[in-house]
Amino acid sequence: MLHTFVAYVEDLPGVLTRVASLFRRLNININSLTVGRSERPGLSRLTLVCEASGEAGHRIRASLFKLENVVDVDDIAQAPSVTRELALIKVAATPQTRGHIFDLVEVFRARIVDLTSESLMIEMTGVESKIEGLIEVLREDEGRILEICRSGKMTMRRGHHTSGVLRAMGTVTEVEQSANATEDNAAAKLK
Amino acid sequence: MGTKTNATTASDQNAHLTTPTRLTGAEILWATLVGEGVTDVFGYPGGAILPVYDALRKFPIHHILVRHEQGAAHMADGFARASGKVGVCLATSGPGATNLVTGIATAMLDSIPMVCITGNVSSKVLGTDAFQEVDITGITLPVTKHNFLVSRTEDVAKAVREAFQIAKSGRPGPVLVDITKDAQQGTAIFDFEAAKPKPYRPHPMLSVEDSGLAQAAELIRSAKRPVILAGHGVIESQAMEQIQTLAERAQIPIALTLLGLGGFPASHALNLGMMGMHGEAWVNHAIQEADLLIACGMRFDDRVTGTTATYALKAKKIHIEVDPAEINKNIKVDVALIGDLRQVLEQLLPRVGGRDGSAWIKAIEASKGAVSVHDIKNLPDSGHLYAAHVMHDLWRITGGNAIVATDVGQHQMWEAQYFHHEHPRTLVTSGGLGTMGYALPAAIGAKVACKDKEVWVIAGDGGFQMTAAELATIVQEKLKINIAIINNGYLGMVRQWQEFFYESNYEATPLVSPDFVKLADAHGIPGRAVRTRAEVEAAVQEARSSNGAFLLNFMVEKEDSVYPMIPAGSALHEMIRRPDSDPLEERADDK
Ligand SMILES: Cc1ncc(C[n+]2csc(CCOP(=O)(O)OP(=O)(O)O)c2C)c(N)n1
Ligand SMILES: [Mg+2]
Repeated sequence: MLHTFVAYVEDLPGVLTRVASLFRRLNININSLTVGRSERPGLSRLTLVCEASGEAGHRIRASLFKLENVVDVDDIAQAPSVTRELALIKVAATPQTRGHIFDLVEVFRARIVDLTSESLMIEMTGVESKIEGLIEVLREDEGRILEICRSGKMTMRRGHHTSGVLRAMGTVTEVEQSANATEDNAAAKLK
Repeated sequence: MGTKTNATTASDQNAHLTTPTRLTGAEILWATLVGEGVTDVFGYPGGAILPVYDALRKFPIHHILVRHEQGAAHMADGFARASGKVGVCLATSGPGATNLVTGIATAMLDSIPMVCITGNVSSKVLGTDAFQEVDITGITLPVTKHNFLVSRTEDVAKAVREAFQIAKSGRPGPVLVDITKDAQQGTAIFDFEAAKPKPYRPHPMLSVEDSGLAQAAELIRSAKRPVILAGHGVIESQAMEQIQTLAERAQIPIALTLLGLGGFPASHALNLGMMGMHGEAWVNHAIQEADLLIACGMRFDDRVTGTTATYALKAKKIHIEVDPAEINKNIKVDVALIGDLRQVLEQLLPRVGGRDGSAWIKAIEASKGAVSVHDIKNLPDSGHLYAAHVMHDLWRITGGNAIVATDVGQHQMWEAQYFHHEHPRTLVTSGGLGTMGYALPAAIGAKVACKDKEVWVIAGDGGFQMTAAELATIVQEKLKINIAIINNGYLGMVRQWQEFFYESNYEATPLVSPDFVKLADAHGIPGRAVRTRAEVEAAVQEARSSNGAFLLNFMVEKEDSVYPMIPAGSALHEMIRRPDSDPLEERADDK
């Protein structure tokens, strides 16, 4: 089954290797992985999607937690959540053939973000199936797609949900304040 | 040997622990180690770690020069196993660091707290394939609990302190700190207090719920045929007393894993002995027949379960374990109490009442039957020397009080069967990785940690040769270590597998060895060969009473096998039993 893990990890060199290495060791292929800054200073947030047996979820989460740089791990499993993916798609299009693509983009609620006399770039955000849908339709015109860049999935639980770990770390503002305070302390100490 | 000419008084030496002082990275490393309570480190120098060596003379730490970095890692490991403290080893970059890897993996598989320090090339040339540069944090990533690459002097103290915390907390393990040469050479303000790590974060999935405790207590109350499975966790979490209370109060017999030996006294009436591949038949039968298994600080390794498909099918299972990733990994359990074993047992014990376990205990006793008659140690002396005899006699003569470091192979299993460990931390053995060459260096580490204890090496003729160079370390350090080589002329355990499973095709297992007594002699270590059982006692006493190290070369029966044996992947009850014929009978093809 498809597993989706959302993790907060320290924003340090080598942390991604540690996470990836765990899946390598378990011989599990990572279907998609997105990483970026989170609401908390010093912590990145990642969404990792992989295929593994149903029971594997517990062990993967427990093993992720054993990595010293991993602060929190959520196994989204069947929980109500929103998942999105971003795709940039470059297609060959001349002024004569553009019109058709403009229509498609409209239907799929995508956007044109770059336009030249030979090509244009489509930006689309949505669930995986929508993006696949657009790509499929574009593929029907052979040779039209020049490049595809997909972000992989990003997932967030619906509703007011904070994990016990993050709650224990305090709200974002508290964290920021205490970070500032430590810096002030450090600065004071140096003087 | 280095003399500490610049050494000042102890209080001066430790002044920088209380007053922030500007020091070089190399000095910060030593000062931090002193602050962490380190007294001895095992290491080997080289270019990328030279600043650290140069600074050593200013600090009250003893450095043991090894002969191969693998030895340094095993020594730190043996030090940790014997003492319960964190072992520390030191190596240079490149080949020095890679030589540590087997030792680090050995510690990782057995959850041994260890801090390994390596030097690396200057941060400016990291990643350029500079001379003796190797990506040791990359290489050791899967075999360390965590590792650090430190390229700034001001990060040294923090990384080292964090390494200690990580190594010894939760499920312990080895941590490596790789320090670039420029970070060793630069200076920074050393503030030991400020470098203190954040409080340790327990694994967020630890969970000991009231309902789980109640369920466990009820399972124990209603069980007819319960068995406690005690592992290394008993020793690591110091739950010896608690496990004994549980066993005695509820009258539950205990089976031990290899690494659990010593966690519960061998002489205790409720101690069944070692379980698994070379466990006695009645132990494994008891597990297969049990209606309740209480697994304490063990991980259902394949060497103790045999095939999981038929493992203890009649039993409900309670798993008390500190590592959440171990729950339901190999064996599905009914109740999981995930936390420090000692703490969990302390919570569980008030809920456990007295039980009458006599019927089940009697049934197990009865199942021992004739097995113990065939047991080699009960058979009369025929003039031959069997390894089992040697183990039994060593145990008897030392009163079971010695620390024994074993190597890996048949002799290791015989040791586990016939040397009855009463106390924790008296058996130092590589269980998870099964690393040949472990015994001699691990014994050195154990001796350095426990100077007043009698320490024995028990090694095979094969494994001993893997790290025999450390004999010189023993001499240089003037250590009193007794060495018993169980010399069967074979890579015995592999030969046994060939005999059982490969039609006795002894490919690459007959072994030519040097005269070990002469080898010892070349190091200035006295020794002698022992060929009959009658000579064993006097030889062991001679070794014990000798002032320094002593080597005994036990020339044992060549093609003897370890019984019983569960073939890998077979069910726990499908064991190869001791041959019915008297193993001491002369056969035509003997010798
Ligand atoms: C480093 C290493 N290489 C190979 C093995 C595989 N192995 C396990 S036991 C054994 C034989 C050990 O022979 P010896 O040291 O003579 O001990 P014996 O079994 O004869 O008591 C071997 C080769 C191992 N465990 N470790
Ligand atoms: Mg041998």
